[in-house]
Amino acid sequence: MSVSVLEIVILLPILAALAVLFGAPARGSSIVATTFNLGATLVLCFQYASKGSTGLVHTHAREILANPAMSFSVGADGVSLILALLTAIVMFAAVWQIQDRPAIFYVASLLIGGGALGAFLTTDVFFIYAFHELALIPTFLMIALHGHAEPIERKKVAWKATIYLGIGSLVLLAGLVWLVVEFSGGRDLTFDLEALRAQAKQTPLPIEKQGAIFFVLLLGFGTLVSLFPFHSWAAPAYATAPTPVAMLHAGVLKKFGLYGLLRIALPLLPQGANVPWVQNALLLMLLGNILVMGLVTIRASRLDDTLANSSVMHMGYIFLALAAGSEIALKGAVLLMFAHGVSIALLFALTGKMRNQLGTLEYSKLGGLASHAPAFTVLFAFGAFASIGLPGLSNFAGEVMVFAGSFTGFKGALTNLHWTVILALWGVVMSAVYMLRAYRSIFHGSATTGLFMSDPALPQRLPLILMAATLLLTGCCPWLLLNLLKGTLAAG
Amino acid sequence: MPPADAQSPGHFLPTILLLLPFFSALVILLGHRALKNASVLISVGSSVICFIASLALLATKGAEGTVDILKFIHVKDMITGVDLMRAGIDAMIDDQSRGMMFIVTFIGMLVHIFSMGYMKDDEAKPRFFGSLSLFMFSMTGIVLAGNLVMMFIYWELVGLSSYLLIGHWYEKASAAEACKKAFLTNRIGDFGFMIGILILFGLNKGDLDIDNLKTAFFHANADSLVKTTSPGLLTVAALCLFMGAVGKSAQFPLHVWLPDAMEGPTPVSALIHAATMVAAGVYMLVRVSFVIVTPLAAETIAGIGCFTALLAALMATQQGDIKRILAYSTLSQLGYMVMAVGAVAMAALHGEAAHGAHPGHPAMFHLYTHAFFKAMLFLGSGAVIYACHHEQDIWKMGGLRKHMPITFWTFAIGTAALMGVPPLSGFWSKEAVLGAAFDSGCRVLFLAGAATAALTAFYMTRLLVVAFFGKARTESAHHAAEVPLVMALPLALLAIFSIFSAWGPFSDFLQAMKPEHVEGHDTVLWTSVAVLLIGSISSFLLYKGKDSDPVRIKLFANKFYFDEIYAVIVRVGQDGLAWVVTALERIFVDGLVARLPAAIVARIGAATRMLQGGHLQGYTFLLGGGIIAVVYLVVFVLPRTH
Repeated sequence: MSVSVLEIVILLPILAALAVLFGAPARGSSIVATTFNLGATLVLCFQYASKGSTGLVHTHAREILANPAMSFSVGADGVSLILALLTAIVMFAAVWQIQDRPAIFYVASLLIGGGALGAFLTTDVFFIYAFHELALIPTFLMIALHGHAEPIERKKVAWKATIYLGIGSLVLLAGLVWLVVEFSGGRDLTFDLEALRAQAKQTPLPIEKQGAIFFVLLLGFGTLVSLFPFHSWAAPAYATAPTPVAMLHAGVLKKFGLYGLLRIALPLLPQGANVPWVQNALLLMLLGNILVMGLVTIRASRLDDTLANSSVMHMGYIFLALAAGSEIALKGAVLLMFAHGVSIALLFALTGKMRNQLGTLEYSKLGGLASHAPAFTVLFAFGAFASIGLPGLSNFAGEVMVFAGSFTGFKGALTNLHWTVILALWGVVMSAVYMLRAYRSIFHGSATTGLFMSDPALPQRLPLILMAATLLLTGCCPWLLLNLLKGTLAAG
Repeated sequence: MPPADAQSPGHFLPTILLLLPFFSALVILLGHRALKNASVLISVGSSVICFIASLALLATKGAEGTVDILKFIHVKDMITGVDLMRAGIDAMIDDQSRGMMFIVTFIGMLVHIFSMGYMKDDEAKPRFFGSLSLFMFSMTGIVLAGNLVMMFIYWELVGLSSYLLIGHWYEKASAAEACKKAFLTNRIGDFGFMIGILILFGLNKGDLDIDNLKTAFFHANADSLVKTTSPGLLTVAALCLFMGAVGKSAQFPLHVWLPDAMEGPTPVSALIHAATMVAAGVYMLVRVSFVIVTPLAAETIAGIGCFTALLAALMATQQGDIKRILAYSTLSQLGYMVMAVGAVAMAALHGEAAHGAHPGHPAMFHLYTHAFFKAMLFLGSGAVIYACHHEQDIWKMGGLRKHMPITFWTFAIGTAALMGVPPLSGFWSKEAVLGAAFDSGCRVLFLAGAATAALTAFYMTRLLVVAFFGKARTESAHHAAEVPLVMALPLALLAIFSIFSAWGPFSDFLQAMKPEHVEGHDTVLWTSVAVLLIGSISSFLLYKGKDSDPVRIKLFANKFYFDEIYAVIVRVGQDGLAWVVTALERIFVDGLVARLPAAIVARIGAATRMLQGGHLQGYTFLLGGGIIAVVYLVVFVLPRTH
């Protein structure tokens, strides 16, 4: 019986997690599994790019049910490979940076990562959905059991996230079921994404119906991505979550909602986002993400708060790409998902180290760390400047493509979309305000007495350097990622 | 696209100019603790090689065109093969970029050498030189950029290097605040710049090549952009691009960051905040000046430039810090250049001159002469500060003429050039700018330009008289000694350029940075000589032999209270708004959107608590399990009932 390499990539971390649960050495098994995955996804990406592939590769299906048609089918194209690579990088870094923690930290990280890989690399709507749920459960558990807050407080935070994401998932489920049922047209149901895409091309749904289903999916997926105003679970969850969980959820798992919209909603409902009321609602919501959350982030007085809120804010730019819908914007969105994932994971990893060493993340108590911990400062600068869209680091290329993609076909009349872009650009200024304020109060100035922070030891720097180098490499050579996207996300 | 004929300037030189400082910066910034003092050699060496490369580039005169160096973003429509977006790392070689490249690498090299002396005892010297290399990379990038995306990229990167260098002494609160302010103010300018770029991106169907844009604007067919686009939008596009220059070249109302930027080490002030980076705004404006096709846009640009020139000159008259006087003077001179861009565009719209950017633009001419004498003045002030043990107040200096003869003479030459004493370089370029203002047909521009020239003569004479003449007013000034050769040599070289750079052989060599006709207006000539005499003589009489400032004008000394006004705007407009929005977010979003489901779930929770014994993990499993159960129902039950 043949096995697809993708199945191995998905199942390896999950099996490793199970092995650790049953007593295998936690750190060793986790590092072996994540290193293998990192290597494998890198090779897959190189192969895909060098062969100039366009469609799905390494497809493989195991039938589970004939009616409704459901199978454990895997397959990867450029979009899913980029996200798988993101997952592999962040999972490797998250596992590596765990220090002196119980085995459950490793298990949770592997399960979240494995779940995310499953969601990105399977092509059956049921499994896409189910893998994401699998990844969510350890997220909640870890916040509730090991979060950085008083037990009552962290349970409240976990509970809030559970409610939001649970309800979001149910709305999403309703939307997916509606979608699948609409496409069945009274015949047999299928959950196979490729079959659904073929049907959508052949017999597209009426435009108004596309808009309505798209909107339901937008709310469902959107809640998972902290779309305004369904975002208030995110900031406390990230601020409270243990470091590897914050890295993996903010960096990787949150991208699932966007991936779903790109992979399921847009191809199956190509006109959905263009229905005026849907588009206007989306524009309003994403402006909420950018402007409202931008201002909220400016108010933050603790580093974890700033990062958590900024992560909510930056999702607005990816939603902007969905609203624009042009090929450039969507490709930019994929770049931005990757870039945001790496940069926020790097920042959360560094924040975790600061919390461990200093015991506080309050700006008013910090200062002058640059003179104690120069390497730490440089790494933080990579993450911080990447996240505010400095050219040369990963996020910029994605952002500029999203903006440019919103202006393709601009004929001289500024529409709602263009005004939204202009307001969103103001968000770029706000990002610089809160990030530079944070950087100023943590690293600049004279060192506060009593607080001392040293650079992490060399082995502990490895995953951080990996992430910083990724930001630099894909920032200077965004074409490396764009080469993977040649055949996908074409408009129309 | 690179032209295939023999006229192509080739890849080699631009690649060296761009990538050598990039790798120098990367190597130093990542490995400076291992490299230690070797990083100084790497950085200085790279700047020398870049200078030689820029000379070689000058020798390719006549070859023009844009060459591709590396890929960046390229998205093609798979079916039609049409470029949807194409922004490569490229190099646009023409007389303007060749001349500018010479300025940047020459002054850059001298500042590198000067810094070897000035930063000798600084512990963080490797970091300093690494940031300097980063600056050189981003600045050569701006000079070479052949499309607007690349221009924007380097635009932000010079902002980063400026941030790093202003904040070099980050332990000092004032430096830490200054670098933040510089970056943020520039971001506001970049906000507009990006909107302008996006508008052009849309109008020109994804092509942001500067050459192609120019063609698209003016080609003879009926669908050229000038003919098909509404004047309102063209004005908006031009002014948005101009906003980028307003930030980078510190024009009113975004001028406030530049004086504070003097917190950086003085060689940095000379290179970045006087000669090159701040002039990038003017360089870019001249590059894209074909976009200025409406009278409103041209007048706004000229007006802002003129207003900045006058305003900053007034502020400069009442400052006591030697670097701040020079900083306000830089603001004022940048205003002059921007005014020239607007004035030339106005004249072109009246049909008095050929349209488009050419290296002989008066703004570029003034940029070119100003770069040398202003860099020299800053390095000279650095020498003074170095000799007086980090004393920057001119009222605590005095009598330096005797202690530091080389510094004095070079400083005096720079001052004379800045004031526009004939026949020094500054005289010719100031003539060109005033001539452009005169030709624009707007009397106010010309009169304000002349008034600025008078004020310039006034405050520079004041500086020279107070700091270098009379008696030493403090111990540190009394013990000042001449600077070492490594610092004096750059001063002397720049002094030579300050005198001669506008003269025939020099400017011809630099591919005609000079406009074709400089003289021609008797009115302009006599006016500029008259204001020079009025300004300098009145100042000399007023300040000769004084130990404290006899004139006190609070409004000027406090820079028209812009910093205070902006502080209020930021506090009310941004932080206040942030407070209100955060409060509303807490109340409405967190309150209504969160409480409602929470209330529902709490009821369910109350019921399940009995089952689950109150453990949260129980709930979570319940939820996960619940979802799977729902899926099960949907998958297995729904199809049958359907």
